[in-house]
Amino acid sequence: MLYGLSTSLSKSAPKVHAKLTTRILLTVLLLAVFAISVGAAPAREVILATTTSTADTGLLDVLIPIFQEKTGYMVKTIAVGTGQALALGSRGEADVLLCHAPASELELVKNGDVIERKLVMHNDFIIVGPASDPAKVRGLKSAAEAFSRISGTQSVFVSRGDDSGTHKKEKAVWTKLGTAPSGKWYVEAGAGMGRTLSIASEKDGYTLTDRGTYLAFQKNLALDILVEGDAILLNIYHVMQVNPAKFAKVNGAGGLAFAEFMVSPEVQEIISTFGVDKYGDPLFFPDAGKNVDDLGK
Amino acid sequence: MDLIAEGISKAFWLLVKGDRDVFQIALLTLRVSGLATLISLAIGVPLGTALALGRFRGRSAAASIVNTGMGLPPVVVGLWVSIMLWRYGPLGSLRLMYTPAAMVIAQTIIALPIITGLTMSGIGQLDPGIHVQLLSLGATRLQLVWLLVREARLAVLAAVIAGFGRVISEIGASMMVGGNVVGHTRVLTTATSMEVSRGNFGEAIALSLILLCITLTITSCLTRLQQKGGSTQS
Repeated sequence: MLYGLSTSLSKSAPKVHAKLTTRILLTVLLLAVFAISVGAAPAREVILATTTSTADTGLLDVLIPIFQEKTGYMVKTIAVGTGQALALGSRGEADVLLCHAPASELELVKNGDVIERKLVMHNDFIIVGPASDPAKVRGLKSAAEAFSRISGTQSVFVSRGDDSGTHKKEKAVWTKLGTAPSGKWYVEAGAGMGRTLSIASEKDGYTLTDRGTYLAFQKNLALDILVEGDAILLNIYHVMQVNPAKFAKVNGAGGLAFAEFMVSPEVQEIISTFGVDKYGDPLFFPDAGKNVDDLGK
Repeated sequence: MDLIAEGISKAFWLLVKGDRDVFQIALLTLRVSGLATLISLAIGVPLGTALALGRFRGRSAAASIVNTGMGLPPVVVGLWVSIMLWRYGPLGSLRLMYTPAAMVIAQTIIALPIITGLTMSGIGQLDPGIHVQLLSLGATRLQLVWLLVREARLAVLAAVIAGFGRVISEIGASMMVGGNVVGHTRVLTTATSMEVSRGNFGEAIALSLILLCITLTITSCLTRLQQKGGSTQS
């Protein structure tokens, strides 16, 4: 085709050159327009930034279709570490957040980045490790004591190392203990919970995990639950809407609709039974309307 | 061993039953990577030819930049495209973040230097006599470019194969700018990674086998085209 064009215009070379450039530019433009039309953003979309733990357990796969059906919004779930989810929220790059790092979330509330923060559910963190348990932590009631024995015996500990909610919780335990872990035994994975569990299993190491992801992965792991039940190990999820008064580009109505949906009786009922069929126990406990301080009592 | 068997049998049944989700994911993968390759081809071949033949200031600097770009890490591209496309980024008003279009843009940036660079070296390897001969036969600039590209079509097809292979297999950029949104921006690589992080190794193996089948089919079609071109040429 280009060849034909060139023959017909071969009498004036500079003109041909200009035509060629125009033609290439036009083609590129057309392709770009096509590319954009392929993915034109629907007007009613809600960007949900959430933690990998809610997505990896499959809970959102159950809830999101119901929400979309009910409200007509199209939800884009971006599953990242809590650190990144909160960062997206504080820059107005998401409409609603579902996270499990209460202390960091409160900072966003204080700065006016998010509003309508509501308690949704909780489960708990557990310390898992190899059955041989070289640091002798099995059955301890205190997470800090377990961490102290792990670092004391220089047993392998695999940390998320990704500023996620789980990683923040782990750091809170080290802080309570008054030490900063370092050394060859302390492995920073920089990965999601599932991958971190796999690494711990391969390395015969300990790690701190949320119970839900552990249950989902259990069949592929050589790790036992060694420590559970310490109050510091509660894993609490809140939903919050990114403040449309601060960020004009945020979908305020959609964010609010999702936040209210998460604490509605219907969703709370689904949460209370989610996972029972597969693991025998629920993965999360619904908490809408409760006071955070009463959890775990 | 049982994991591999489970994965293979899952892949087989997903393909045989024509699972709708998997079909949609595979189709989107092809559309995004195919489009990115086409755009890179439309820009990269003329650009590579110009860099091979042109005599202008800064040509060798430009060639170095292209050659460096051939090794651009996808996550770096993903990060920069994200920064540009975020709502409050310079191009935020286009509303392209977390869309297939954003993935096409990122993959084009990854494939373009590869296709440009390989075209450049392909054209550069042609006998310089052809260039002069064609001009003396009265070829226009456009005819010259067209004939040279035809002459170097083995190398140009190799460029397409390399570019397509790179973008269909990359994950870093697609994950960042697409977000792996179900039914919207989930492609085979991001879906595979997600299934691994969910502990569904069987599904992950199945998806990876489907990706390999697609890549193999397309690459062997292109290779056949390339070798056919090679035999008529001699």
